[in-house]
Amino acid sequence: MDLSYSDEEKAFREEVRSFLAEKLPKELRDKVAGSDGDGLTKADMERWHAILNEQGWLVPNWPKKFGGAEWNAVQKHIFEEEAAAADAPRIVPFGFSMLAPVLHKFGSQEQNDYWLPRMLNGDDWWCQGYSEPGAGSDLASLKTTAVKNEAGTHYIVNGQKTWTTLGQHANMIFCLVRTDKDVKQQEGISFLLIDMNTPGIEVRPIILLDGAPEVNEVWFTDVEVPVENLVGEENKGWTYAKYLLTHERTNIAGVGFSQAGLNTVKRLAKSEMAGGKPLIQNPHFAARVAQVEIDLRAMATTNMRIIAKAAGGGTPGIEASMLKVKGTIIRQEINDLARRTAGVYAMPFASEAIEGSNAGLPDPLGAGPVAAKYFNNRKLSIFGGSNEIQRGIIAKVSMGG
Amino acid sequence: MNFELTEERQMLQDTLRRFLRDRYDTATRNTILDSATGMSSEIWTELAELGVIGALFTEEQGGFGGKGFDIAVVFEELGRAGVVEPFLDTAVLAGGLVADLGDDTQAALVEEIIGGGCQLAFAHGEPTSRYDLNRVQTSAKADGDNIVLNGHKAVVVNAEAADHLVISARESGEPGDDAGLSLFLVPADTKGITIQGYALLAGGRAAEVMLDEVSIPASARLGKAGEAFAAIEARTAAAAVAQCAETLGAMETATALTKEYLMTRKQFGRPIGTFQALAHRMSDLLIEMEQARSAVINAAGHLEGDRKTREVNVSATKNLMGRAGRLVAEDSIQMHGGIAMTQEYELAHIAKRIVMGDHRFGDTDHHLERFIALAAA
Repeated sequence: MDLSYSDEEKAFREEVRSFLAEKLPKELRDKVAGSDGDGLTKADMERWHAILNEQGWLVPNWPKKFGGAEWNAVQKHIFEEEAAAADAPRIVPFGFSMLAPVLHKFGSQEQNDYWLPRMLNGDDWWCQGYSEPGAGSDLASLKTTAVKNEAGTHYIVNGQKTWTTLGQHANMIFCLVRTDKDVKQQEGISFLLIDMNTPGIEVRPIILLDGAPEVNEVWFTDVEVPVENLVGEENKGWTYAKYLLTHERTNIAGVGFSQAGLNTVKRLAKSEMAGGKPLIQNPHFAARVAQVEIDLRAMATTNMRIIAKAAGGGTPGIEASMLKVKGTIIRQEINDLARRTAGVYAMPFASEAIEGSNAGLPDPLGAGPVAAKYFNNRKLSIFGGSNEIQRGIIAKVSMGG
Repeated sequence: MNFELTEERQMLQDTLRRFLRDRYDTATRNTILDSATGMSSEIWTELAELGVIGALFTEEQGGFGGKGFDIAVVFEELGRAGVVEPFLDTAVLAGGLVADLGDDTQAALVEEIIGGGCQLAFAHGEPTSRYDLNRVQTSAKADGDNIVLNGHKAVVVNAEAADHLVISARESGEPGDDAGLSLFLVPADTKGITIQGYALLAGGRAAEVMLDEVSIPASARLGKAGEAFAAIEARTAAAAVAQCAETLGAMETATALTKEYLMTRKQFGRPIGTFQALAHRMSDLLIEMEQARSAVINAAGHLEGDRKTREVNVSATKNLMGRAGRLVAEDSIQMHGGIAMTQEYELAHIAKRIVMGDHRFGDTDHHLERFIALAAA
């Protein structure tokens, strides 16, 4: 048992830290600080991707033969931790860490040769077409259909996807579609790559409760997709989707985000006055903060134990589900503390609907939109397999599944 | 003991519930939220005609209610429908202070308020006062026959729409002293008042109110010089009852929507409410709803009691509503899933109302500490 990082790992952390200090533009950092990156534009995100790509760190999870850095789990963790602490934008994951691993493992040579360089160069912005209005937690019940035309050259796609994150920026979408209705649900699903500019596709923004236009509905009406855009074999899409979901769950604990969030809470509570003293000196409030910090310290170690296991070649099992549940509980508790800290100044809201009326939104603590963030992050325990689904997996596996 | 509403209050509740059910749906409210004023003058006038504002004042003040249970009945319905119009600020808080303290000239304003023809705001909180009622720095200094106000009032709800502001200021003593506070009824367009407005997350609007050498006649003072604290505390108690009842009404809507969704939304071939994990959580919410209803009754029923009884009950209720409200809001969203995160679904606004209610008149933690202090006193 040794809780310290190796000299190599420490050197790597220094390298990451100095890279971030040197290359992370101040404008991007300012947009991420406090508001968790909600103000980032498409151009901002692409700019950060390009900076990372130049350094060779845009796709640390990719194998070297595809141009990746092939970092191990500890290196990835160190990068994520430092990036969160430095208020770096998150790498938009849909292409780089969701689709790409599927292409590496199941895509054809042609698909890898064509799509991967475009991804790295920022030619394509990918989004994910999984959930449907009737298929959320029960993803396998999805109804969007893809039927081959008579000539056998195209699939004709009809249906609706929803909760498509940043779909408004995307020109490409990877979709799960039903290609066989007559077999068991999981056995009739295929994995298709679809150009968003094809006629018959309509993207409609969904405005979330904090006003953020980050998710969309995507409608497909007789959309023609070349058969070359099928990944792997027809009707094997569920296998690929499950493989992808294991990649969606990397960095699932969000330790870095929680640490950054907790530091913010402490900073705010030093400025906020309560009863004539800084709020942080209020024993009741301090106890609340300490309670979360104690939980976070333990979870950070759990996270490291699982990372060490993965770095040693082991496959995480239900631990990923456990980290998802505990990690979101802790992150949401920190969001709750942040809104509490701000007191009455948690109430003001920069409404995008009312033009020009929000100049000079008061924010004496420099807290940013803490209440909006609290509401927005209720999504953490819903998406990527809700916490109820995760608990179901934990119970099933640990009690004799 | 009798837990039935009086016939008059029952009628008021029925009328109000029917009117709001017909007139105040999600789309209507979202249009109001997106408007520049953040409120509908039409709804305001119609509700005033229904007697909603009159119910918040006593007979002596020109109304027909004004007791804790009148306030609770009105605000539970406003909360149930997620009404964003500023009845609490105009009538219960600022209007209530004018009615409680005003001389004959000042109190004449109450009739106008009850008729729906006048908006008010209470400019009291300051950037460093958080939830403490006596931590006022804004100064009131005599200048010949006039009084000059200087200071910064924080997150003053309804300030932009207000025709008059009720402003608290210190004539003597230090921030944190009860003694030395006075209230002034001031036209909002008085020279030296700057109002910087913005929207609020849970609807409505507020403003930072800057007072720069605001010169007013001594006749603008409400009540006696330096003795306003007791009235401020009592009115804040009434406002807390209104806020808690509003939260209760919103929680009723949240649980009703959740129950309905659990019984209709199907995943894995069956209604999700048939999964025990969700069914038990729903049961917990219903248990907390009964706690919340009783807590609001405790606060409303003791609003006319002596100071200690009143304030102990206010703090107990505000604390419980903060906790139960958070649970109901968060679990209602969680059990719905993504749909509850969308602005066009009713629960989105309702959940925001419930949680943001904790940021007015003292939050869960503030009232826990206050309950301990009051109970020990």
